Order: sequence, then C-alpha cells, then structure tokens
Amino acid sequence: MLQRHLNRWAWVFVAPALALFALIVLYPFVYAVGLSLFDWPLLGEHRFVGLQNYVRMFQDPLFRKSALNTLWWTLGVVPPILVLGLFLATLLNHSAMRLRGVYRTIYFVPVMTNMVAAAFVWRWLFEPTLGVVNYFLRTLGLPAPGWLATTRWALPAMMAVAVWKQLGFAMVIFLAGLQTIPKEFHEAAEIDGAGRLQRFWGITLPLLNPTIVFTAVMLVINALRVFTIPYVMSAGGLTQLTPGGPLNSTRVFVLHIYDLAFRRLELGYASANAIFLLLVILVATVIQIRVLQKPFEY
Amino acid sequence: MRRRFSPELILSYTLLTLGSAVMLLPLAWMLSAALKPLPEVMRVPPTWIPEQPTLNNFVAVFSQFPIARYLFNTLLVSTVVVASVLLTSAMAGYALAKFRFRWAQALFLLFLTSLMIPFQVRMIPMYKMMIQADLVDTYLGLVFPWLVDAFGIFLMRQFMVTIPKDYIEAARIDGASEWRIFFRVVLPQAKPGLAALAIFTFTNIWEEYLWPLIMSGSDATRTLPVGLQYFNEQYVTNIHYQMAAASLAVAPMLIVFFMLQKHFVEGITLTGLK
Repeated sequence: MLQRHLNRWAWVFVAPALALFALIVLYPFVYAVGLSLFDWPLLGEHRFVGLQNYVRMFQDPLFRKSALNTLWWTLGVVPPILVLGLFLATLLNHSAMRLRGVYRTIYFVPVMTNMVAAAFVWRWLFEPTLGVVNYFLRTLGLPAPGWLATTRWALPAMMAVAVWKQLGFAMVIFLAGLQTIPKEFHEAAEIDGAGRLQRFWGITLPLLNPTIVFTAVMLVINALRVFTIPYVMSAGGLTQLTPGGPLNSTRVFVLHIYDLAFRRLELGYASANAIFLLLVILVATVIQIRVLQKPFEY
Repeated sequence: MRRRFSPELILSYTLLTLGSAVMLLPLAWMLSAALKPLPEVMRVPPTWIPEQPTLNNFVAVFSQFPIARYLFNTLLVSTVVVASVLLTSAMAGYALAKFRFRWAQALFLLFLTSLMIPFQVRMIPMYKMMIQADLVDTYLGLVFPWLVDAFGIFLMRQFMVTIPKDYIEAARIDGASEWRIFFRVVLPQAKPGLAALAIFTFTNIWEEYLWPLIMSGSDATRTLPVGLQYFNEQYVTNIHYQMAAASLAVAPMLIVFFMLQKHFVEGITLTGLK
C-alpha cells in the first residue's frame, strides 16, 4: 500500500522532466527522422522520397568534404588537448608546486572567454600581414603563411583556436583526478625501484583511466559538432558570404547542415545529414568507451 | 628528494609560464587594441601598451552596440533555463534515485541515451515547430530547447543516490508530505550537486550561439554572442571597434568566473569524477 503511494509520488516527481523531455527531445527526434525521408523545402511542396536523401548524401561532394574536414578537426584537436592537458596537470601536481591555483585559473580563462569574442580576436591575430602570429613567426625567421586566406592553413588555424579554448578544461579535470591518487601508491612504487615513467604507466594512467575516457568522449563529441569557431572565423558571419571558405576548406559538418537547412532551406535533406551526424557520434562514443576503458585491480 | 628549486621544478615553472602567456595573449591583445586608435592597431611591429590610449572606441561602441539589451537578454535566458533545469533535474533525479518503481531503470536509460542525440538533429524540427507556433524571435522560443537537460537529470540522480535514506524515511514516518520532504530534507543535502549543475548550465547557455542565431531576428531577443557577431560584421575593418565590443562581451562572464572561481573548479571536478 505504501509502495503504491510512493510509486504515485515517483511519477509526480518525474512528470515535469518527462513531459518537457517528450516535447523537446523525443518529438523533435522522431520528427527529424521522419523529415529525413522527405524532400521538404521550407517553402513549397514536400514529397516522400524514402531513403533517397541518404543516397544523395553519400554522392554529394560537399558532404564528403564536410565529413573529411570534421574528421581532420577531431583528430587534430582532441589528442593534443588530452596530451597537453595531462602533461600540464602532471607538472602542476608536483608536490612543491606553489602557484597551482594561479596557473589553474590562468589556463581556465580561455574556457570562460566568450567563444565568439575569442574567434574574432584570433581572426585578427592570424591576419597575414598585420597579425601578431605572423609577426612572431617572422621574428623567429619562420615562414608566415596566409592562414585564413589559404585553403591549406585555414582549418589548422581554427583548430589551434579550439585547442587553446579547451585545454584548460582538460587540465583542470586531469589535475583533480591526479590529486585523488594517494601518494602512498607512488611512494611504495618508488621504494620498489620503479622509475618515473614506469610509475606513470603503471599507476597514474590506469587510475586516471575513467577521467581520461570521460574527457576524451566529451572532447570528441564537441569536435564532431563544432560550429561557432569556423562560422565566425571564415566569413566573420558576413551574411552575404557562405562561411566555410576558402573553397569549403573549413566547412565542418554542422556548418554543412546549417547551410542546407537555413540557407538552402532544404529541411528534409538537412535532416538526413543530421541523422548521419547522430550515428557518427554514437559509433565514435561506443568505440572510444570500448577501446579506452580498462578495468583494473587495485 | 623534493628540493624546492630542483631543475625539474624550474623547468615546470618555465613551461607553465610560457603556456600561460599563450593562454592570456589573445585577451591581452584584445584589451590593448580596444584602447588604441585604429592606425595604432594596424601597426607592425605591434605595440602592447597603447602609446595613444583612448576610450573613444568604447564610446563609439556603446552608442551602436546595445550591450545592455544583449546582456539583459542573455541573463534572462540563462536564468530561466537554469531554473527550469534545476527544478526538473532535481525532481526527476530524486524520483529515479530514491523511489524503487518499475519504470525507474527504463526511464533512466531513456534519458541517458538521449544524451547521444546531438542538438543539430533536433534543431531543424524545432525550428519548424517554432515557426508554426509563431515563437520565432521570442524569449520562449529562445529558451525552448534547453528547458530540460538529460545531463542534469543524470547528475542529480547520481548525486542523490548517495543521500542516506534514513532522513527521508524518518520524515515520512513523522507524517511530512512528499513535497516537504523534497524541499526540506533532500534538496539541502543536494546543494553541491545543484550548485555544480547551476554553474555548468549557466555558462553553457550563456555561450550558446547556433540556436540564438537561428531564433533571434531582431535586437529584441538577441543574446550577447549573436549580438557581438552581428555588430562586428557591420564593422568589418574597424578592428578597434570590434575589440572594444569583444572586451565588453567577455567581461561579465570573466568577472563572474573570478568571483566564483572555487565553485567553478569544484563543479567541474564534481561532474568529471562522477
């Protein structure tokens, strides 16, 4: 009897979240899947085309370019953040390190900086003739490329901004994880004669594994869905130009979806592309968890 | 063997400081450019301390850049979303954590898997929905996608699982109503989790760009990130104005961050370690 009363209350508490969830998540999701099966321009007649959108998608050169750009982005952004973040966190974790809080704050500032503002600043920093980046490169005698004006260096420049923006986030999480590793583990291993590197591989990394997996998954999902940096840095969002230039070299997948849905107003086709993104994210996450997650014994 | 000034420590400090310079350089440049007249901004080699410091840029920007409006809009949207997320997540998390009912597992799984669905999939149908409901360029349309957050539900549930059942059952035996138990017994104990979720949600919504870009057709509902981009695209070659506007745009969040640093870090580590 009490159980029934409690059950009813459980539903009462879940109700608001569930109702909103149905309206905001479930319904649009089902709608999107449905949309993807139609040729549905925003204005005009729509007709059922079945899987034709998907067939068209795989043959679309813009789709392939966008997918490739996003792949490069993910591969070029996530590993550096993980490696650098872990490295910096290890430095900060040193027992005699005094300015830990200060450094942590400094490295976190980019994370807290508005992304649009940061993108505009970096756009100017990467300016080929007047920007600070090339000024430094020239002073060091290194070649100074045209960055955002070139098809070769535009995407890497934006990727650097993404690393800059998210490094602090990884570092803070890793630092917190490192600090939960009891000192005794390291001391015991040191007594047993284990060197610095051995201790890192044998103790730190396994114990840090859940944190690393979590951070990696988050970073990859962010990378696959990146939008603001390429959008703002390629055309500055100038409404006349299509962002993603030059020559689609910075057209990442969400930019592609945005262009299809809100510039070309092809809602059905855009939805198909969006569903593809969903599948990629799903597969990528599952693969990461399978491959990276390592159970361990104490 | 941890001497205070061992060579490895010195190396660490050096590397960390170099990295810090890279982290802060863009902001330093932004502020410096905001305070310079345009010719000096374009000068090579660049000057870091302005030789002709001026506040003119800010003055010009203020008259053209309705920052008060954008700030208000962003604040309103963020606050409404945080309130909605906290309430729905706490309640749902409580139900899933502390009530053993048949659908608890299934619902939890449902919420969890929805985290895989990227916003971009829902955004197109939601746009259609907003057009049909005539909610484009309104506050309601703006906050719509974020009123419930599966991540928040997940977080609160994980957190509430650790709250001891004794207090709750004692209160029940004493005849307290379920609402009273929720607000007086459970929520106070969930404060760290709620704080972390609040900070996390607030900063994410503040930064939101894609949906406000789609939703806001006029200054009436424009949020700060979109407003900044809109302003800057009108002043393409006026870098000094752009930097002044950017400085104004980053200031609020950075100020909040510096004041609440400790909570931010605690919040992040809480979400990360769970």
